[in-house]
Amino acid sequence: MTSVALLRQITDYANRPDPYPLYAELRKTPVVRDEDGPYLVSTYWEIKSLLHDPRVSSDARNLTPEAARGTDLEQDPNLPPAFIRLDPPEHDRLRRLAMRPFGPPHTPRRVFDMHGELTEIVSGLIDALRDRDAIDLVDDFSYPFPVTVICRLLGVPREDEKHFHEWADTIAASLDPPGTDEERQAQQESLRQARGDLAAYLAGLVEERRRAPRDDMLSAMATDHGPDGQMSPVEIITTAALLLVAGHETTVNLITNGMLTLLRNPDVLQRLRSDPGLAVPLVEELLRFEPPVQMLPQRTTLADIDIAGTIIPKGAPLYLMVASGSRDPQRFTDPDRFIPDRTDNQHLGFGHGLHNCFGAPLARLEAQLALTELVRRLDAPRLVEDPPPYRRNAVLRGPRHLPLTVSGIRD
Amino acid sequence: MSVDGYLEAFRRSGSIVIVGASLAGLRAAEALRDEGFTGTLTMVGDEPHEPYDRPPLSKQVLLGKVPADHTALPRRRAVDAQWRLGTAATGLDLAGKRVSLADGDAVEYDRLLIATGVRARPWPHELEADLDGVFVLRTRDDAAQLHHRLKAGPHRVLVIGAGFTGSEIASACRERELPVTVAERGAAPLVGALGGVVGEVAAELQRAHGVDLRCGVQVTGLEGDSAGRVRRAHFSDGTAVEVEVVVVALGATRNTEWLADSGLGAGPRGIACDAGCRAFDVRGIVTDDVFVAGDVARSPHPLFGYQFLSLEHWGNAVAQAEIAAHNMVSASTDRLPHLWMPSFWSAQFGVNIKSVGVPPMADQILVTQGSLAEHRFTAAYGYQGRVIAAVTFDQAKWLDFYERQIEQAAPFPPEFPTVDRRPEGMRPVAAGFPDPSLPSHGPTVTLSGHSPTDRRVSFSPHRA
Repeated sequence: MTSVALLRQITDYANRPDPYPLYAELRKTPVVRDEDGPYLVSTYWEIKSLLHDPRVSSDARNLTPEAARGTDLEQDPNLPPAFIRLDPPEHDRLRRLAMRPFGPPHTPRRVFDMHGELTEIVSGLIDALRDRDAIDLVDDFSYPFPVTVICRLLGVPREDEKHFHEWADTIAASLDPPGTDEERQAQQESLRQARGDLAAYLAGLVEERRRAPRDDMLSAMATDHGPDGQMSPVEIITTAALLLVAGHETTVNLITNGMLTLLRNPDVLQRLRSDPGLAVPLVEELLRFEPPVQMLPQRTTLADIDIAGTIIPKGAPLYLMVASGSRDPQRFTDPDRFIPDRTDNQHLGFGHGLHNCFGAPLARLEAQLALTELVRRLDAPRLVEDPPPYRRNAVLRGPRHLPLTVSGIRD
Repeated sequence: MSVDGYLEAFRRSGSIVIVGASLAGLRAAEALRDEGFTGTLTMVGDEPHEPYDRPPLSKQVLLGKVPADHTALPRRRAVDAQWRLGTAATGLDLAGKRVSLADGDAVEYDRLLIATGVRARPWPHELEADLDGVFVLRTRDDAAQLHHRLKAGPHRVLVIGAGFTGSEIASACRERELPVTVAERGAAPLVGALGGVVGEVAAELQRAHGVDLRCGVQVTGLEGDSAGRVRRAHFSDGTAVEVEVVVVALGATRNTEWLADSGLGAGPRGIACDAGCRAFDVRGIVTDDVFVAGDVARSPHPLFGYQFLSLEHWGNAVAQAEIAAHNMVSASTDRLPHLWMPSFWSAQFGVNIKSVGVPPMADQILVTQGSLAEHRFTAAYGYQGRVIAAVTFDQAKWLDFYERQIEQAAPFPPEFPTVDRRPEGMRPVAAGFPDPSLPSHGPTVTLSGHSPTDRRVSFSPHRA
């Protein structure tokens, strides 16, 4: 089978429920060039080394002109690239500034202190399921939970969520490799629109928070003065947009994938119910086994890179197939088995290196709490259909709905 | 009995003695049990405390964030050992396979692991060293006492020696807002370990944080008052400062004196062993039942020209202990070499410093990413046209890449572009390591020639 067929098959919606056999096929050639130009890297050690390689860039301006054609290079001046699409030193400066109100060393307790609040949100959402015998885990729980959390953390009014839900979805969908030229054009158009609307919305909010700061990240970013100075208004908007979209489109899949995996492995579900401490390694295994981010399609190279016997030429688009790497039998024993207490589990679920997931500590805590409480309180949950219907997105992969029946809700 | 039969019986009911109950000793004990050794295990340690972690002693403990007695090392598993803590080993009888102890007792072994580490080099003038307020920092008790004194708010602290320990102590003092003077005989802090180019950055960091840094000077004398408390320090440039606390940070001395007449190849530079951690005797013949691990060991490393490396690195102690333990209970064909990539970290003045490889071997340095002026950079070190080491200041996430460059003996200077390459990253410059024969604070990596007995390299104690 050629690589062309493989990338097409991976992005083909028909294969969304189970792309893993395709990844196994892909790994037979660790580095391979797709017909459309990108180089796909699918094996663990090669991906990991490229994630730490200073010759690898996340900045689309380093693509060759032909590779850049059709990407979102002609930027909307209202929403220039956020730090996920930048290289050092700009990336480092912006990420440091964004980290100041979020994590160590400046705010080491932010995520830890959210524990009580997260538990409350989880309890409230599950309480609301009383008297129901059929639920959709996505709409009833996995989506509203992280969205509520990211809104509170950033300081975005939850009631505005209906506006930006669609913008976030559109922006997330743009990560997928485009199909035909017309599809690409249509995608670019709706993307521009969504970005513009989101930027305008956030601009108003940032201004509000600057004038009347509260205890949230938008206020902190708008008023903070650290050793790196301050973010410009446009930088605050792009950073907030990044965090808002990331908060919308990833943890929802981690929680849903988690519940789906537990329902497919009832013995593990039972173990988690009797031993909540299992949630910690279990979520790590989930990040390896069913990661919300399947591939990192936004890298390129500053020089020819010789890896695994293939030379990736300078400026070529580079897709790091992290979900494949985390199933690489060269790295993990029994990679296709879900082993909730797996030790030696340095998965690629949060990436690695410089762009390692910014929100990882929050995502971990959210998933640990959510799964522990779901298995504790849902009485006899059963899958209605397997596989469930999936979202279109191949990069940020997860079920669109997860219909379950339950016998009741425990206290 | 066949060799295999012997090994079988030894693994089941033999006796192993580990001298040194710190990081390397503990990890070796745990690894031995993991390997299935079920015989008798005796742990001998000169300190009365159970094994504890030293890196926090110059950081969190001095800042009062962690009490000195809360630094016990986490245990990986039960080791079921007989502990002889607070009892130093005083001698080794190789033929009789016996370790004698300070309390007059002796313990017999079938196989021995020596992990006695190093101790702080004291201030050479004994009367001055005895003054109240003069400290070294190596042990938990040292840290507790120094912390107690810093907490009292002395009007000035003098740190003698700006290696990693001295620099970290100065950093802790500044974080406590204590006035501090640092005296360094070399041209810059960290110059022995990282060279002059990076040393200059360390100097800027210290000065930017309000340290009264004096390089190129020696402390010629410490003066006490009538009550025997240290009051004043005199420098070789004729100046003096009033001080209430003096911390002597002049590197370390290897704990090998107890082996002086044992017939082992042990001396001031440590105990020579092969890559499988077996000690050499004075004739340069490898022993088969005496193993070495941790700071006290020096062993040849294929990546660095088979030079015998002494590494005072936390990670080395763990890795070498595990290899030594494995080899102690394995048949010769199953033995593994200790091929650990030298690496260490330091936290000082708000900066995370990390290193891989062996910087002091280098002749040139190139800042491949970031900028020295911003105190945030990655620098590659070159030795005869290959990458030999790399150091990061607040850029540790790139080190994996450079580690691979070292492993592959990649050409130096690196010819490829990288993210965040600045104009200063275009041309390599001299790395600026001091002549090793000139005394300074001891570098954390010591290169000591090619042959086990090593007669050609003369030992130069790094006295201030």
